[in-house]
Amino acid sequence: MTRNASSLISAFTGFLVGILCLTAAHAEDPQRIVVAGGDLTEIAFALGAGEEVVGVDSTSTHPQAAKDREQIGYVRRLSAEGVLSLSPDLFIAAHDAGPEAAMAQLEAAGVNVQKMPDAASVEDIPAKIVAVGKALDREEAASALANEFATTLRTVEQKVAKLDGTPKVLFVLSVQRGTPLVGGSNTSAQEMIERAGGINAATGFEGYKPMSREAIINAAPDVLLMMESHAGRSGGLEAVLEMPELAMTPAGQSGRAVTMDGMLLLGFGPRTPDAIAELARALHPEAAAKAGL
Amino acid sequence: MLLSVLCLCVMVAELALGPVTIPPDRILAVLSGSGTQAEHAIFWQIRAPRMLLGIATGVALAFSGAALQGLLRNPLAEPGLIGVTAGASMGAVTVIVLGGALLVPAVIAPFMLPLAAFIGSAVVVAILFVLAAGGRGQSITILILAGVALNAIAGAFIGVLVYISDDQQLRDLTFWTMGSLGTAQAELVVIVSCLALATVPVFVWQTRALDLLQLGDRAAFHSGLNVTKSRLLIGGSTALSVGAVTCAAGPIGFIGLVAPHIARLLFGPVHAVLLPAAALIGVVLVLSADLAVRMAVPPAEPPIGLATSLIGGPFFLWLVLNQIRKGQRIA
Repeated sequence: MTRNASSLISAFTGFLVGILCLTAAHAEDPQRIVVAGGDLTEIAFALGAGEEVVGVDSTSTHPQAAKDREQIGYVRRLSAEGVLSLSPDLFIAAHDAGPEAAMAQLEAAGVNVQKMPDAASVEDIPAKIVAVGKALDREEAASALANEFATTLRTVEQKVAKLDGTPKVLFVLSVQRGTPLVGGSNTSAQEMIERAGGINAATGFEGYKPMSREAIINAAPDVLLMMESHAGRSGGLEAVLEMPELAMTPAGQSGRAVTMDGMLLLGFGPRTPDAIAELARALHPEAAAKAGL
Repeated sequence: MLLSVLCLCVMVAELALGPVTIPPDRILAVLSGSGTQAEHAIFWQIRAPRMLLGIATGVALAFSGAALQGLLRNPLAEPGLIGVTAGASMGAVTVIVLGGALLVPAVIAPFMLPLAAFIGSAVVVAILFVLAAGGRGQSITILILAGVALNAIAGAFIGVLVYISDDQQLRDLTFWTMGSLGTAQAELVVIVSCLALATVPVFVWQTRALDLLQLGDRAAFHSGLNVTKSRLLIGGSTALSVGAVTCAAGPIGFIGLVAPHIARLLFGPVHAVLLPAAALIGVVLVLSADLAVRMAVPPAEPPIGLATSLIGGPFFLWLVLNQIRKGQRIA
């Protein structure tokens, strides 16, 4: 009798503990996620966590559904209380999300803040996908996506390798007061141009800098590359091509100019292989079809 | 009197309102020590430091502005005019752009930006005083002209750094120059607020001197005032208080210029009344601007610099026009 009762009690206790564990596990499964970083938002949606994302930063422009989420502002200028008003369980932050004080305040308020690694090169993107998957507790989907990414990237690279000719590409970020702001060495733009079978026409300086007229004429780019939104702001591609310094280059004379979505081209998100393929097609219009791109 | 009530109201609003709704009973719960971790953090880590920094900023800018307008006998004087703000910006920009290249111990790394901003403003003010001290009776003119020159030099220096910065640093810079009460750590807020508020007694002590200085330096001297000492005390306090709040909140324009004028229009030119009134107005302006940016487009938050001018500007204009209609002198 006593033994029965004690076994009953222990069974019941076990049952209780089991329920507690279950609810605890359930509580850990993130339900309300805020993401700061356009590339991270893309990865979260690609991993199927889109439904749980309640807020994104202003660089999150893809997929379309991300634009319906609450807008928390620019990734380097977040407001801790603004983010907290979305009552997030999980905050997935780009490596450069800030300011520091806001991140500390979020952690103090009990939000699970997960900083993601920086992808300095296309090669680092799978690691970023895996890291986001880990934060979202979707590790299987993440490793599948990372593998798919690597495979697609390899296929695209093999096709790009078959293309001959390396057009000189000038990446113009924006036109400020009549001077083009150009992507030099050590930029995401240069890496994308090179991976798409082109070479960067702007050499001799790092980062995005204003480039002087004579230097642009000297660089003699064959193709002008711009981000869609910025091309529009600068009065359209034609207007940029008609700028005196560009009109005198091969690109200006043949009218060769390419625009791409900014996040697609420079975001270093899961769509990067597609971006390389798209750019390669634009840089080698005839050869690309033969190479199967 | 009415002003202090208004000031108290915005202070309570600053604590009670925000994108996260915390009802009054929950605020009492937080104050009595209960309340959830999130409520606790929002109240003590986010809203309370913002309020403290807002008060310090309003007081420091308004006191400095009022005192400088009196000292220089120039209605357009403000902390920015003599280069204090530009000096702080120079320090901050240096850290934002070259910070990665400087070797600093990890302990002080989070405080590098405010420290540099403070050193920047201190250096500018030190140069000003050395120049003005050799002025032989023309120190006021020298102070203003040297301020113009130092502003230009600081501007050029910032320009060079902006040129060599990468795009991310550039965005940090742009946002820093628009100011915010929400980006400073709580510890830093306490330090700079103490520094800024420590200068309050000095300003209050100098109110009679400021009144005398309105007669001109010579007349003030013959009334028994140690003009050089007053100038040093007021200039030093301005550098300390404005340098301190600028390093935590960024350059917040307009308050230092307009709060004293509003106070003068409402309460007249006697500095013993003018200074406290300007300080209250400064606090009301800064805190209501902060509330405005916080509540405008949550969960995002625009910089406070946009709101101070948007709120203070039209009000100031209305006040001036009203005064003209009544046929009164303005300054």
